[in-house]
Amino acid sequence: MSAVADDLVRLAVVDKARGYWGSVFRRLSRDPVSVACAAVLLLIALAAILAPYLHLADPYQGSMIRRLRWIGTPGYPLGTDELGRDMVARLIYGGRLSLFLGLFPVALAFTIGTTLGVMAGYLGGFVNQAIMRTVDVFYAFPSVLLAIAISGALGAGITNSIVSLTIVFIPPIVRVSESVTTSVRSLDFVDAARASGAGPFTIMRVHVLGNVLGPIFVYSTGLISVCMILAAGLSFLGLGTKPPEPEWGLMLNTLRTAIYANPWVAALPGAMIFIVSICFNLLSDGMRSAMDVRS
Amino acid sequence: MSEAEVLAPAADVGGPQQPLLEVRSLSKHFPVRGGFIGKAGVVRAVDDVNFSVDKGEVLGIVGESGCGKSTTARLVIGLIDPDAGSIVLDGEKLGTTLSLRDLRRRVQMVFQDSYASLNPRLTVEDSIAFGPKVHGVSADEARARAHDLLRKVGLDPALFADRYPHELSGGQRQRVNIARALALSPRLVLLDEAVSALDKSVEAQVLNLLIDLKEELGLTYVFISHDLNVVRFISDRVIVMYLGEVVESGPVEALWADPRHPYTRALLAAMPSLDPDRRTQEAPITGDPPNPIDPPSGCRFHTRCPYAEAVCSLRSPTLFATGNARHAAACHMVDPASGHSKAAQSSAGELPHV
Amino acid sequence: MLVYVAKRLVFVVPVVFAVALVCFLLVHIAPGDPLVSVLPPDASQALAEQMRKAYGFDRPLPVQFGIWVWNAINGNLGTSIASGRSVTEEVTRAVGNTVMLAVFASLIGFMFGVMFGFLAGYFRDTWIDKLVTTISITGVSMPHYWLGMVLVIIFSVQLGWLPAVGAGPGGWSWDWEHFQHLILPAVTMSVIPMGIVTRTVRALVGDLLSQEFVIALRAKGLTEKRVFVHVAKNAAPTAIAVMGLQLGYLLGGSILIETVFSWPGTGFLLNSAIFQRDLPLLQGTILVLALFFVFLNLVVDVIQAAIDPRIKRG
Repeated sequence: MSAVADDLVRLAVVDKARGYWGSVFRRLSRDPVSVACAAVLLLIALAAILAPYLHLADPYQGSMIRRLRWIGTPGYPLGTDELGRDMVARLIYGGRLSLFLGLFPVALAFTIGTTLGVMAGYLGGFVNQAIMRTVDVFYAFPSVLLAIAISGALGAGITNSIVSLTIVFIPPIVRVSESVTTSVRSLDFVDAARASGAGPFTIMRVHVLGNVLGPIFVYSTGLISVCMILAAGLSFLGLGTKPPEPEWGLMLNTLRTAIYANPWVAALPGAMIFIVSICFNLLSDGMRSAMDVRS
Repeated sequence: MSEAEVLAPAADVGGPQQPLLEVRSLSKHFPVRGGFIGKAGVVRAVDDVNFSVDKGEVLGIVGESGCGKSTTARLVIGLIDPDAGSIVLDGEKLGTTLSLRDLRRRVQMVFQDSYASLNPRLTVEDSIAFGPKVHGVSADEARARAHDLLRKVGLDPALFADRYPHELSGGQRQRVNIARALALSPRLVLLDEAVSALDKSVEAQVLNLLIDLKEELGLTYVFISHDLNVVRFISDRVIVMYLGEVVESGPVEALWADPRHPYTRALLAAMPSLDPDRRTQEAPITGDPPNPIDPPSGCRFHTRCPYAEAVCSLRSPTLFATGNARHAAACHMVDPASGHSKAAQSSAGELPHV
Repeated sequence: MLVYVAKRLVFVVPVVFAVALVCFLLVHIAPGDPLVSVLPPDASQALAEQMRKAYGFDRPLPVQFGIWVWNAINGNLGTSIASGRSVTEEVTRAVGNTVMLAVFASLIGFMFGVMFGFLAGYFRDTWIDKLVTTISITGVSMPHYWLGMVLVIIFSVQLGWLPAVGAGPGGWSWDWEHFQHLILPAVTMSVIPMGIVTRTVRALVGDLLSQEFVIALRAKGLTEKRVFVHVAKNAAPTAIAVMGLQLGYLLGGSILIETVFSWPGTGFLLNSAIFQRDLPLLQGTILVLALFFVFLNLVVDVIQAAIDPRIKRG
């Protein structure tokens, strides 16, 4: 064995290998834009979650004499809406539903979509054709149209919105998952795993999933802002959240007629959607860059 | 099967006379889509290939890119299903008494691309331990085994076990691949261009490692490469493939001394000589490599063969033994009854320079 | 290439069928009585039955589907329950308005998108790039219906320059009185496609410029103008494809903008169809919009194949 001993490599520095996600996180935390966006989102999310403890006015309690007060009115820092309800309270409470409707359908679609996509990509053949052709049919509809059509069919309401939005976002995630899985599947280490005698589901779990979740996840985070805008859009049309629930899209709808009386208050809910949406997008872009570089 | 049994090498079956591996009439064709209504072609990647590998020997497989060597390897290990033919390991035919899972316990493979062969998300230790774990070995046992193997291939587990593939050099990664291939104590290891992508000095180290491991563990190798020098160094016997067929086979020195198939001759002659006193005189092979979808009729090499005659385009030659029984070539010139004008000339030395 | 086109065409047929099926199913799984908007609440059973028969709602579903498809192929999409007019007539009237709006928005979006994208790609990682990227991300993150409202606030309410709703009196004509109604909705709709085109073109141009063949071209002594033409030619197929896709989305997704501006297009029609539970109108409108999208994708694919030599060779 002396020949082999001669080949023993000595290293000057013993550096314990760091995980992949650790390095991604470090790179992300060094990007000022990503950090700023994450901070803003965290702030809004915390405000939304802790709303009941923040000593806010009652978001459902209105008063006809206090309708459409301007921004900066004493006692109503952001004015009041068309039914006299305090805007600060409405916006913060509204954040709960709006954020939820932006995140939950995407999370659901991510779970379902990744499962279907990885199976389609790895198993190939009939399974692949069945799944991908079904997805193609849904792709034949522009997403807005599909969401509206499904919501229109099912009726207004939060649950129906969630169903509708999840259905809209499953096809793109399936497509991306399948594509990434197919390219990973052709790599030699998958063949090596097959050669070790492992079965398809073991290989998918141990070898494929770890390598595809990253890109799929980043892609999905890019969908969050679209989902938020679409969810609010559904409410804007009257197909989503029902009054008197506070939700940014619905608020835009009910305040629309008020743009002549008090335009800036009417624009506030949309501004919130915009801010949250842009933060998610920037964060998602930042994550993509952080994951691109191999150490 | 207990853990110890899983990790121990499979017992020898049939004794030294029985070849470890026999490949009989193996064929694999890949359909190629032509136009919409156009002619759908078929790539005859592996066509009626026969060879055997004895216990403890190293069989080299050489040929140009696209000749079917890698496909043959993947067929042997069961990553692809053959269209025809059979694979016989230790006297048992795959598909009958021998299951795919059993085959994969006894045959393992090392691939060319050392980086693509390792899951970038798993540590070195996890990659090596995966095989045993799949077969029921406990995590601790598998880990211990991985460390043991790392030591065997010359990598200190304390330094390397927790590393990720991107933190290793090419040579180190290939050692890891070798360790992984040995994890289930196979009897036969297929090495598909395993050293081709390494720097020359590293290549030498890895080759020496392979030879040492073979001695220590009693392995049998099939070594696929397009690099003739490497094949000559490590092999006991060699087969030469061209366009999916075996054109010549024999002991390595016999092949180098007296290549009987014109393709082999051309391959060997095309190697640039490193000796200024014996410069390469012959021209490399002429003609374009033919279309694998539409191979030439008869002998597939005849369009590029300086000795081709009418019979060569009519009939496909089969492997025919030369004077030395273990040395055979698929050429009409070797078979005295073929009708070729130069048939039955006993050695390449007698063939005129063309 | 003809082969490719033929293949694509053949593939469209099952897609169209599936689209029609989904359309039909979507509308018919809706809970509630389809005739609820037409029948007076105290209508007798007999009257209800009669109406149901007249609209064909008494037949089993597969039969209804078959009849609907057959009629659709012949150009008859049924009768709107709410207005009594033929669905085809309603949709045709509305489609023209939507197409006009969508095309206009696409042109604006495409023009600016390509311009910004090229700027950003050429001046990668400079302040120009950062500015353009910001604009593009803003565009993509913008809830366009909100933007519409904001533009209305600024240009209609505060400044009074442009009208807030509608498409002008009477039918359409190309005069300022009508055209001024087009400006705000088109600009609003152009923002998202502009963002997407910018991002795509920027990535494309940036990639191309950093590729080795560009370095080779410059080393050969090609003027910058020629390099630019080269890059443009390479970027064209994808840019056009993206724009085509966006046009499709605009056509199908115009409902939100049309609602904000009360623009009399298919989106607006869809809106009223949903709220009046007008099944035939709903079915017909969704079908037409989806089909538009499918065929637009087909056209984009074919054009891309024509321009991109890699696909041409089959």
